[in-house]
Amino acid sequence: MRRVYLDNNATTPVLPDVLEAMRPFFSEHFGNASSIHHHGQETRSAVERARESVARLLGCRASEIVFTSGGTESDNLAIFGIVSPGDHVITSTIEHHAVLNACRQLAASGCEVTYIPVDGRGLVDPADVKRALRPNTRLITIMFANNETGVLQPIVEIGRIAAEAGIYLHTDAVQAAGKIAINLSEIGCHLMTISGHKLHGPQGVGALYVRKGTHIKPMLYGGTHERSRRAGTENVPAIVGLDKAADLAIAGFESSDHSMRDPSNDRTMAALRDRLERELLAIEGAGLNGEGAPRVPNTTNIYFDGIEGEALVIALDLKGLAVSTGAACSSGAIEPSHVLTAMGLSQDRAKASIRFSLGKQNTIEDVEFASSLIPATVARLRELSPIYHRVPSVPSL
Amino acid sequence: MPNSETIAVAMSGGVDSSAVAAMLRAQGHNLIGLTMQLWNQRRLAGHAGMPETVTGRCCSIDDVYDARRVAETLGIPYYVVNHEERFEREVVRPFVEEYLAGRTPIPCSLCNNHLKFDQLLVVARQIGADQIATGHYAQVVFDEEIGRWLLKRPTDRSKDQTYFLFGLTQEQLSRTLFPLGGMTKPEVRELARQHKLVIAEKPDSQEICFVPGGDYKAFLEAYLAEQGSRLKETAGEMVTTDGKVIGEHAGVHNFTVGQRKGLGVATGSPLYVIQIKNDTRQVVVGKDEELYSTTLRTRRVNLISAAELTEPKRVTVKIRHKHQPAPAMIQSQRPDEVLVTFDEPQRALTPGQAAVFYEGDLVVGGGWIEASPQ
Repeated sequence: MRRVYLDNNATTPVLPDVLEAMRPFFSEHFGNASSIHHHGQETRSAVERARESVARLLGCRASEIVFTSGGTESDNLAIFGIVSPGDHVITSTIEHHAVLNACRQLAASGCEVTYIPVDGRGLVDPADVKRALRPNTRLITIMFANNETGVLQPIVEIGRIAAEAGIYLHTDAVQAAGKIAINLSEIGCHLMTISGHKLHGPQGVGALYVRKGTHIKPMLYGGTHERSRRAGTENVPAIVGLDKAADLAIAGFESSDHSMRDPSNDRTMAALRDRLERELLAIEGAGLNGEGAPRVPNTTNIYFDGIEGEALVIALDLKGLAVSTGAACSSGAIEPSHVLTAMGLSQDRAKASIRFSLGKQNTIEDVEFASSLIPATVARLRELSPIYHRVPSVPSL
Repeated sequence: MPNSETIAVAMSGGVDSSAVAAMLRAQGHNLIGLTMQLWNQRRLAGHAGMPETVTGRCCSIDDVYDARRVAETLGIPYYVVNHEERFEREVVRPFVEEYLAGRTPIPCSLCNNHLKFDQLLVVARQIGADQIATGHYAQVVFDEEIGRWLLKRPTDRSKDQTYFLFGLTQEQLSRTLFPLGGMTKPEVRELARQHKLVIAEKPDSQEICFVPGGDYKAFLEAYLAEQGSRLKETAGEMVTTDGKVIGEHAGVHNFTVGQRKGLGVATGSPLYVIQIKNDTRQVVVGKDEELYSTTLRTRRVNLISAAELTEPKRVTVKIRHKHQPAPAMIQSQRPDEVLVTFDEPQRALTPGQAAVFYEGDLVVGGGWIEASPQ
């Protein structure tokens, strides 16, 4: 069966060049990067080269990059590394669970947390952030791009507010890095999370940008790795993969003249996404979530009224198209999206929404495959929906 | 049936539904494995005395893991579908409300009627399956002469689950397969072993799936606490059948018609719960012989073997899952209502339970037991 993968916000395939770069670091260059000998020196320099690549990707210094096991760890390290009991934290209602549940844990251990709502487009209003400031506010943590809608938050404006108030700003940029050019010198944040596998690197590696002079408490105790900010032997093959993935992302931006303020300027990814979006929005009862907000160029989130997104995801998967909805819980079942409900969508419409997210491997044929499959599948779901066609009720006597 | 049709298998992670999947797979059908996520066991943890870690059976991660492993072994696509919201609305809330109204509910029938053979069947059809197969012990056959789908008792009488399936409509039955209807439980287990399914030796489970350890009182309290309310408003008097008040009780939900132990009153002769009066919250107690009655009113009746009851019919009637069907006449009263008249008085006709009518192996239909006319 032909399989097309349009769920790149969940994870991306490792690109061939990335895999090639990683390959020698399993058994040829296998040294522990902390070792003194030749083997250790080899991997040490690979780790430091990767640090420089990631720093180039984000526009910061290499010494400001801490390698972690991924986005969740980076978010937790940023939050628990800064906040202490009694502090106040400002976040938003649409954060990833890595941030939301970390904040819930903070609230349970003596911190105050304010959740800033979003408008119908999925945008945080910086004025709301400003109003939420308190004398004991220690950290603002607001995501760069939302994983479900792709909506870009006004992080530069929020950075100005944080700077004026002298408060730490962390941003989860997992869904922005590699999709839009990021320049940390323009963003007043102290901490930024990125993840390897969302930009065609391997799973199990991420990074946290920690601005020079920002002291974070470690979460893991052990050796002095990562300048004592993250103990544990470096995952060298994955870090090397992240190095290559960052390089490829930078090369992509340079060739297509990206700019953070104009994400629609991507001539390839955005064009494919826009085409898919046009085709899908032509379906009756379909609409765009996040309409009117700036978005990363690879994501579109669309509702199809009268259907259950869960059934559509399964039906499409059985036909070879991988897409997603909401967030999967531990059993793998789908829960209504907290992001879409925070944007004011009804439960029904939130459950009728599907996220399509493209990656570098996707082609125009993939988009055509999706747009040829979806209208008929949506029609079948609607035809069999209890709202339209209830199974006959209990017959009466 | 042609093997090209796609069948959705409702997989719980237990032996029965896993064996169904293995059997249909071996027959060459296209299968899709589906598990319904119905209840989050962690939800009530810590509420009103519930332990912090609740280990109920329903929808536990372990069961989903087992079902997924079985699907993987058989090489069939597998998905978990979330029906928590509907399960709470159609099964859990009515379960709680029934107890608070002094009745003794059967959530399994509600789940079959509103979830398994309704919502799950809808999803199955939406994703391209024409039929749904489950691990219930029952049989479905089509009677061409009368043009109706019939529900019959299974070969293994000790596992008969037709009592919980009386609510199925013709539409639902026409799309349902019970592949275990002709098998015994030991045969089913053997089949699971032959297919090397990881769950082959998993023990059977009898309890209500969302009530941990079968302690429904603890569940009620924890659920109500979570909802921000309490039980106490169902407390009332305990009275004898001749109207004498002999004590107080803490809530009608603590009682089931026919119950003897735990009445909290000491008298010379053994006392049983005869009736629970919802309006006055009185629990009426009396002697064992007062528990017997010959007539029974059923509501929200569903008929399977005939479209309607035009005249009184001789049947046997089962008034609880483990009850031996008793000979009776049934006759239609108002639409949706059937009056049952037993040949011999029956003990403890319990409002909230179902009365299911049989003609030999055939399920004629069934309805929900209303308060018996005293």
